[in-house]
Amino acid sequence: MRQRSLIAITAALAAGALTLTACGSRDDDGGGSDSGNGGGGTTVVIGVDAPLTGDLSALGLGIKNSADLAAKTANKEKTVEGITFKVEALDDQGQPSVGQQNATKFVANDKVLGVVGPLNSSVGESMQKVFDTAKLVEVSPANTNPALTQGVDWQTKKVRPYKSYFRTATTDAIQGPFAAQYVYNDSKKRKVFVIDDKKTYGAGLAATFTEEFKKLGGKVVGTEHINPDTKDFNAVATKVKNSGADVVYYGGEYPQAGPLSKQIKAAGAKIPLVGGDGIYSADFIKLAGASGNGDLATSVGAPVEELPSAKEFVANYKAAGYKEAYEAYGGYSYDSAWAIIEAVKKVVEANDGKLPSDARAKVVDAMQNVSFDGVTGKVSFDEFGDATNKQLTVYAVENGAWGSVKSGTFTG
Amino acid sequence: MNELPQQLVNGLLLGSMYGLIAIGYTMVYGIVQLINFAHGEIFMTGAFGALTVYVYILPDGTSMLIALPLMLLGAMVVSVAVAVGAERFAYRPLRGAPRLAPLITAIGLSLALQQAVWAWYPEAKSARTFPQIDGGPFHIGSVTLQTGDIFLFVAAPVSMAILGFFVMRTRTGRGMQATAQDPDTAKLMGVNTDRIIVVAFALGAVFAAVGAVANGLKYGQIDFKMGFILGLKAFTAAVLGGIGNIYGAMIGGVVLGVAETLATAYIADIPGLDKFGSQSWSDVWAFILLILVLLFRPQGLLGERVADRA
Repeated sequence: MRQRSLIAITAALAAGALTLTACGSRDDDGGGSDSGNGGGGTTVVIGVDAPLTGDLSALGLGIKNSADLAAKTANKEKTVEGITFKVEALDDQGQPSVGQQNATKFVANDKVLGVVGPLNSSVGESMQKVFDTAKLVEVSPANTNPALTQGVDWQTKKVRPYKSYFRTATTDAIQGPFAAQYVYNDSKKRKVFVIDDKKTYGAGLAATFTEEFKKLGGKVVGTEHINPDTKDFNAVATKVKNSGADVVYYGGEYPQAGPLSKQIKAAGAKIPLVGGDGIYSADFIKLAGASGNGDLATSVGAPVEELPSAKEFVANYKAAGYKEAYEAYGGYSYDSAWAIIEAVKKVVEANDGKLPSDARAKVVDAMQNVSFDGVTGKVSFDEFGDATNKQLTVYAVENGAWGSVKSGTFTG
Repeated sequence: MNELPQQLVNGLLLGSMYGLIAIGYTMVYGIVQLINFAHGEIFMTGAFGALTVYVYILPDGTSMLIALPLMLLGAMVVSVAVAVGAERFAYRPLRGAPRLAPLITAIGLSLALQQAVWAWYPEAKSARTFPQIDGGPFHIGSVTLQTGDIFLFVAAPVSMAILGFFVMRTRTGRGMQATAQDPDTAKLMGVNTDRIIVVAFALGAVFAAVGAVANGLKYGQIDFKMGFILGLKAFTAAVLGGIGNIYGAMIGGVVLGVAETLATAYIADIPGLDKFGSQSWSDVWAFILLILVLLFRPQGLLGERVADRA
């Protein structure tokens, strides 16, 4: 009977492994990058947590480089007298469990006075408590799930769960409805098929989109939740085609959105796929191929390239010679890092040019009142830690590149 | 509009893919009773082998008509080399060891191969695009087929037929059957079992390579993790069809693929089950099917009783 039980064991193993898919350990890209000299005196480390390897690494590396650029700029301009900023990046692989380990590592390093990141809302969720207990400030350039700042019951009663958590990105509570209004009013679509990947970010975005789209008078002709571990969405694509939808809304990220868009069009439904900032990446176009043309994405803020305040950032980024593009969150990451620098500056100036012993807690308090003109416009935070800048932009794929179509603020 | 024909075709295609990979699991298991968990990665390296031929060896703009056979060849060379190397250096030294030792080795090898491709293949840290065959889509009634699908539809049955012929008619094939039945007696009868085992690994790898090219053509992208989930599904298909039986692997694959697709398409329409009908639940339904089959036919759909060898 040994063989039979061996099969049983392996079958169980296989089933277990299916649920753990992407947990293969990757190398720990722990090496921080040296942010140049200057400033002298005390070194303050700005942690960066983002997916530096794997599917989402394009966005993650953009975050890391942009935060690094902020630190270098601060050192060069001696923004904070006597303080040298240094960026240390950890790779979370887009996994909440890894993110939490990274958070613990940052907390253990007492030179770390603030952390930029993470990219994924689900990772952010796992890190918040660790940082809050240690009174270490965290500024995310990309987390858009409303619950992170306004509590799980944000629709009815807003309660800020963690005092140390801030973000420069707009929330899905605004992004989903903004997309719904564009699709309904500007694209004149009436029948939507809503798909999400069941993750914190994707499901949240799909829900806020659906609510607003229905309110406007649109019809949801089908919903579907995909399994982000597979690349075969043909069964879903066939359902979309036969539903008679004239637009697809996808809450999720580009590694799935690209193939999904391609397979929906291949199935014969020539309708645009609309998504959030998670699909606003050059890699989406690479994965979707020619069928990506006409697809739409909303992303937080105005297009960095068109903002006068961002010209300097774009030029400096180029001059610094980073290998990877700054991608969707570059400007926000720079602003996140700069917010930490500003907060540190306030704390140091209030303490006669030296770091106080309880610097972390003081930085958290100072962050609440930070206000400066950043890459993406005016950067400051409301009582929940959300960005006060609530601008969004719709982008469309045209001839193999994202182009901005409409910018605006969602007013409810 | 009736979507059943299209969904059946979707399932059949997905299942053929599972089947092509499952053959490697089932052949190796049939002969050495080893579950080669690195087989999914043999499939993955095959896909990168084909990509290498297209991107780095052939001149730019080579017609797919010429490129495709060469890519298939490249995929096979890489897959077979990896499989035979794995057999020689990872599994053969453990031939007399307890069963769990080679199993753990296989899992380790699987991770090592993934990481090797991730680390050393150019730009393999995110998905790489795979060349496509121009033309299409083709419409047959209410069914839409892409060019990549046609390759899979042709390749799967043709390679099955060749394999059937090989195992039943050739001397090596009969040697494989003999070794599967009783390795010691086969050795006494003059069968070189070491060679037969290598052939089994190599043949499994050839099928994985065909599947890999089909996968690239169908989805237009490959990545270093692609073999993991597909490998697990293919292993499931092999068990479903009756592990050790080559036709069972293909049948198991098709049943699994169709089951997953139909679960995605129709479960949500059953009153009361609308929460469990999306694609994210299709794996659950597929495994429920697997458990049901194994409850009533522990040897799998086409499997033979293997208890007498335990």
